[in-house]
Amino acid sequence: MKAVHLSLAAIAVSVVALGGASQAVADVDRAAMVTTHCFACHSIDGTGNMPNLVGYPPDILVMQMRMFKDGSRPATIMNRIALGYTDEDFVQMGEYFGTIK
Amino acid sequence: MTHFTRRSFLKAAGIGGASAVVGFGAATSVAKASKNAHVIVVGGGSGGATAAKYLKRFSPDLNVTLIEPHATYHTCYGSNWVLGGHAGMDDIAQTYDALQSRHGVKVVQDTVTSIDPEARSVKTAGGETMKYDRLVVSPGIDFRYDNVEGITEADSERVPHAWKAGEQTVILRKQLEAMPDGGVFVMVVPGNPFRCPPGPYERAAMVAYYFQKEKPKSKIIILDNKENFSKQGLFMSGWKEHYGDMIEWVASSRGGMVEGVDVANLTAISDGGFNEFKADVLNFVPAQQAGKIAQDSGLAVGHWCPVNQMTFESRVHRGIYVIGDACVAGAMPKSGHSANGQGKVAAAAVARDLAGLEPKAAPTANTCYSLVTPDHAISVAGIYEFEGGEREWEDGQMVLVPGSGGVSPADATADVRRLESIYTKGWYDGITADIWG
Repeated sequence: MKAVHLSLAAIAVSVVALGGASQAVADVDRAAMVTTHCFACHSIDGTGNMPNLVGYPPDILVMQMRMFKDGSRPATIMNRIALGYTDEDFVQMGEYFGTIK
Repeated sequence: MTHFTRRSFLKAAGIGGASAVVGFGAATSVAKASKNAHVIVVGGGSGGATAAKYLKRFSPDLNVTLIEPHATYHTCYGSNWVLGGHAGMDDIAQTYDALQSRHGVKVVQDTVTSIDPEARSVKTAGGETMKYDRLVVSPGIDFRYDNVEGITEADSERVPHAWKAGEQTVILRKQLEAMPDGGVFVMVVPGNPFRCPPGPYERAAMVAYYFQKEKPKSKIIILDNKENFSKQGLFMSGWKEHYGDMIEWVASSRGGMVEGVDVANLTAISDGGFNEFKADVLNFVPAQQAGKIAQDSGLAVGHWCPVNQMTFESRVHRGIYVIGDACVAGAMPKSGHSANGQGKVAAAAVARDLAGLEPKAAPTANTCYSLVTPDHAISVAGIYEFEGGEREWEDGQMVLVPGSGGVSPADATADVRRLESIYTKGWYDGITADIWG
């Protein structure tokens, strides 16, 4: 394992030396990571029959998700899904969908 | 075998005195990694194809190569609908055209036969050796016939598993079509964990749907190596509602734990020969393990691959990420939807790592729809998040966010079941567009 440890050390060095991230990668923040999971059902190219959320007004998306979560908006599955997220997650989803072209 | 953790590795490397090792050769190849690094993805199923696409989405400068043996991939999800006769093989066929032409992924039709984690290279059946900066391995499953007497993979033409979609799906469908009315379809189902936990029970329903129309005197017996199963209440009430007594489920303690198969006589044997189940069509779904390359490369420990469940980086070999059915992902089920989510998590982790950013945790999701009839569907969903302790890199796990997810309500109306069947098809179209579109 000695050789592996050496190359691992080298990675650590190079990472430290690089210092920053490219613009594209800087965008891989938590909002992107949370929201891209929505795309599995809510396809961003409009495929399928779930509502298309690209360009959806963020404040309405947040409100809908809150209503799914508290049960005031009936649903087949979104109520069960909304229960897994926080208000902050909903805000990040709304903002991220607004950035997709 | 060394189980790395990032902390222990940073400690071992001595990050504070890092400049002391600047001279080592490996640093150059990894330094250029940030911009035009090469990431190889092994396997173009739900996990691998997603990872390849999202690596380019998250980090367009990366060179991403996807290595997959098939030009056309048939999804396991939807394959039960083919068995039910209301979908065709074309409906579950996916190709790699869009990954190449729209997303800039280089797709190579080949099979990876070995991985060298120290040289950071893979070898293929076609004789290529390719270097990588990071590797994503999404090998799916292989079958284990070692715990049942009398049957091997070589028998899978006469006794199909149909648990990898494609030719096997076609073989089983043809056998069902050739079966006389009044015949018996026996399905042998493995214990946990296995690919697609609700799959066997949807399959029973889809075959029942076909029998009811074409061969109403026929019978379906499920021999199960477990005591309960996914969406059990919803499946059992759905079977009863639509198919009466056609489907019989046999728990492991009641004769369902199959110990042997008489392939010539299409008979499954349990309880030391006390029970024999003679079939007209026998569908044997074997126990499973991580796909072959994961076994051969040492990524699997036992049958499955341990990973850091925040990033899906292997806990055996650093720089290699294992996603999909092959990995151990805490509470996440082995499903196409989980693999899709893990592909995104790994893609984000690789992109951040190559850019020198710390990994980040974010919740991911699973949704599984199952058809009981083409117009009656049930679902299970879950949101999963990484939960770590003091030593999160080692001990952390994906857990179900408390209170989230669960199955469709038991008392839903026929209209709700119908709506879920419409969403089932929408889910298929959406997720396959997200993966291969």
